[in-house]
Amino acid sequence: MKASVIVFPGSNCDRDAAVALEAATGQAPAMVWHGDSEIPASDLIVLPGGFSYGDYLRSGAMAAHSPVMREVVARARTGTPVLGICNGFQILTEAGLLPGVLMRNATLKFVCRDVLLRVERNDTAYTSRYARGEVIRFPIAHKDGSYFADDATLDRLEGEGRVAFRYCNATGEVTQAANPNGSRHNIAGIYNETGTVLGLMPHPERLADPALGGTDGANMFLSLAETLH
Amino acid sequence: MNIAAHAARAAEGITPEIVAEHGLSANEYKLLVAALGREPSLTELGIFSVMWSEHCSYKSSKIWLKKLPTEGPQVIQGPGENAGVVDLGDGQAAVFKMESHNHPSYIEPYQGAATGVGGIMRDVFTMGARPIANMNALRFGAPDHPKTRHLVAGVVSGIGDYGNCMGVPTVGGETNFDPRYNDNILVNAMCVGLADAGRIFKAAAKGIGHPVVYVGSKTGRDGIHGATMASAEFDDASEEKRPTVQVGDPFTEKLLLEACLELMAEDAIVAIQDMGAAGLTSSSVEMADKGGVGIELELDRVPTREEGMTAYEMMLSESQERMLMILKPGSEKAAERVFRKWDLDFSIIGYTTDTGRLVVRHRGIVEADIPLASLAHAAPVYERPWTKTEPQATVAAEEVPAPNSQLGALERLVGSPHLSSRRWIWKQYDHMVMADTVQRPGGDAAVVRVHGTGKGLAISCDVTPRYCAADPFEGAKQAVAECWRNLTAVGADPLAITDCMNFGNPERPEIMGEFAGAVEGMAAACTALSFPVVSGNVSLYNETNGIAIPPTPAIGGIGLIPDIATMATLALKRPGDVLMLLGAEAGHLGQSLYMQVMLNRSWGAPPPVDLEAERRAGDLVRALIRSGSLSAVHDVSDGGLLAAIAEMALAGGHGVVLDAAPGPMPAHAIWFGEDQARYVVAARPDKADAIHKAAAGAKVPLRLLGTIGGDAIRLDGEPPLPLAVVRAAHEDWLPRFMAHG
Repeated sequence: MKASVIVFPGSNCDRDAAVALEAATGQAPAMVWHGDSEIPASDLIVLPGGFSYGDYLRSGAMAAHSPVMREVVARARTGTPVLGICNGFQILTEAGLLPGVLMRNATLKFVCRDVLLRVERNDTAYTSRYARGEVIRFPIAHKDGSYFADDATLDRLEGEGRVAFRYCNATGEVTQAANPNGSRHNIAGIYNETGTVLGLMPHPERLADPALGGTDGANMFLSLAETLH
Repeated sequence: MNIAAHAARAAEGITPEIVAEHGLSANEYKLLVAALGREPSLTELGIFSVMWSEHCSYKSSKIWLKKLPTEGPQVIQGPGENAGVVDLGDGQAAVFKMESHNHPSYIEPYQGAATGVGGIMRDVFTMGARPIANMNALRFGAPDHPKTRHLVAGVVSGIGDYGNCMGVPTVGGETNFDPRYNDNILVNAMCVGLADAGRIFKAAAKGIGHPVVYVGSKTGRDGIHGATMASAEFDDASEEKRPTVQVGDPFTEKLLLEACLELMAEDAIVAIQDMGAAGLTSSSVEMADKGGVGIELELDRVPTREEGMTAYEMMLSESQERMLMILKPGSEKAAERVFRKWDLDFSIIGYTTDTGRLVVRHRGIVEADIPLASLAHAAPVYERPWTKTEPQATVAAEEVPAPNSQLGALERLVGSPHLSSRRWIWKQYDHMVMADTVQRPGGDAAVVRVHGTGKGLAISCDVTPRYCAADPFEGAKQAVAECWRNLTAVGADPLAITDCMNFGNPERPEIMGEFAGAVEGMAAACTALSFPVVSGNVSLYNETNGIAIPPTPAIGGIGLIPDIATMATLALKRPGDVLMLLGAEAGHLGQSLYMQVMLNRSWGAPPPVDLEAERRAGDLVRALIRSGSLSAVHDVSDGGLLAAIAEMALAGGHGVVLDAAPGPMPAHAIWFGEDQARYVVAARPDKADAIHKAAAGAKVPLRLLGTIGGDAIRLDGEPPLPLAVVRAAHEDWLPRFMAHG
């Protein structure tokens, strides 16, 4: 699988994503600078975490208008899988590839910790290695991670099975206590209509190595490697 | 108009009041005039005032700091550069330093703390290192002081937002609450970076006619006189100093980091220095002085944020996220390309000269023309009078009232402001970015993997201010020893330390006595433990209306774990494992947390530190960790033995069954005494014999404490204390405190 990681000047999880991708695929991804308007032929495009252009305005709002995003949007529209992690998810919503918006956490504070997620679907390129309903552990690290969409959009997302992951407790129950940021419907990640674009706030690349305390995240990259080779 | 005429005209306006406003004494002004050979211009006065400030010149502390050991086979660069450098083997080096941002953080906690973090990271990447971990040591006033909550919230959020945006994990630190910090909080930020040992960049500007290049943010009017502010006491009007606090822009710093590292990979830079305290003045003076050259600056070329800035303002601005570099001639184009790529300002603002002078031009006028040696070396050095801190009597355990129940006392201790969990703080720090954090906050030391290797860097920040207040010498020894112990407890070889020496007004002999005692104590411990000081800073005048902080020599240490597979953690892992104490028990309760929390007052001498015992116990524990003999390790410090055991139980989610305290010492002295050089370790029962033998061979006392199991802390003769209860007490205090008025 050939992957490309988009590097904005304030990206800071680009290396982490590249390390996890290389571990899963055996192949280093191309690192694509934000000022470039061309992306090499890729089976997967990753928008990594960080603070793309400082995010002093709405997170991801400026990145959505960068030259490279025009190309990302075009590739996504023709079916290239695009994975947005954390800031990448924020950018995907700002760029209109995913509905809704990521608002300031309900606590108004940055939060960095492991969370438990329920895998809602395992029939996508991202999740084939997981079981449906499986409870997995990923870290989160964000201040603007409260997923919001209006009722009609949420109904559509739920109806079309486009919720990818939900914050849950150890037994997989979706509870208020398990919601770290106030996201509606405990949504941690969503797909586009075709299931090819995934945006999620948690960081799979941060628990993809046993030395870091867990490997639940590695399965996402292994799923991609197996599905997209 | 030449400088002499310009200065003569300007000097007419330099009154004794203006001199005093610049923080210079009348005598220092006389020295200045003698060094210059004439009256200064206002710009020159400003330049001298910051260079001769306590913050930049170390004029009160210099003679004492020379007593600290700074060498060792592992040391690549000791004090004197932007940061210290130690060898990690395999051609790799760790670059690290800790620095205070106390005064600004009290006045404007968010920006003060944020720019403290920004400044220390610049010190590290200036040397060619990529920052890989941040830590911080914070001291706040009493929880019931009306400003404390506001200061905690602002400082934590400022530290978090800056480090989080930079993408450098903030992996831990320490926090104290004490009424003596009510009007002078301490914010000490530490940064550790990773560099190629053969590619360390320094500040010495060698070569004549080389371009002096300004990169980074534009210069504004923020932070003017920050260094001078940090060199004076606070009074009731200190709130008015808010405009002297700088404003941070972590995104620009991220760009600056990446651009600097990109340029450093090429062969273009002769010298580089960040513009921190005293901005353009200190960076240009220090680079030129270290390289033995002169420097000429053309201020019209300095990128400015505001219209009409004067030479005085530009030279003294402490606007953040700026760097000064001396480039190799011919590499200007390549350098400019890198900085433009990262959307940063780039301007050649001057050249090195052979005059040995700092010459500053602005709008065709020579605004300053000063012999560099007078700025860097002619600053007065004070041998300030000092009086030794009177030692206090050692308290016998029998004199300290016992609690009704040992486990009840434990519950109160772990739920007190002093020992409660700091999760509320570090949860706001991204401590996992860079995906190399192999030991997260909450343990004895944080550990980050050296990227792409199996090596780990252990990091810890330590000092116990109440010990230092009672006895600066023993207290400083203890701070160094505890740091060494924390690094040892995760299995690291301690390498070196950085320090932040936070004290009151050095012009008072009793404060100078505290400083002297602390330096002597640190020197003793650093020498005995082969744990040299490679960088640091001194922050004096931490007092308000004549009330000083307790002496607070914060120690930031790093250690190397050759193979992270052998790393130890404090979490209890297996029911059935045995729990043992390594180290001698003397039941020392003087200045203990038990006293403070249960009796609401502290008295007596702090626990003495036997450095030889410290070394024996530490070397034994490290060897046992490396041989895979131990399943959990924790050092014994604040709160004593029972608190240490409780922390291990909470981290692992396993209870313990403890044997009764052995006589004849009172039980509360055993459980809550804060004797040094001790570790609690857990091991499989079949390893106990070998551990006993090893301890006997190393002459380290060992006592069996009990067994791991269940979901409570059980102690003979008392009802069990459920872990859930301990956890609630431990975890709830800080969030509850921050949530409610």
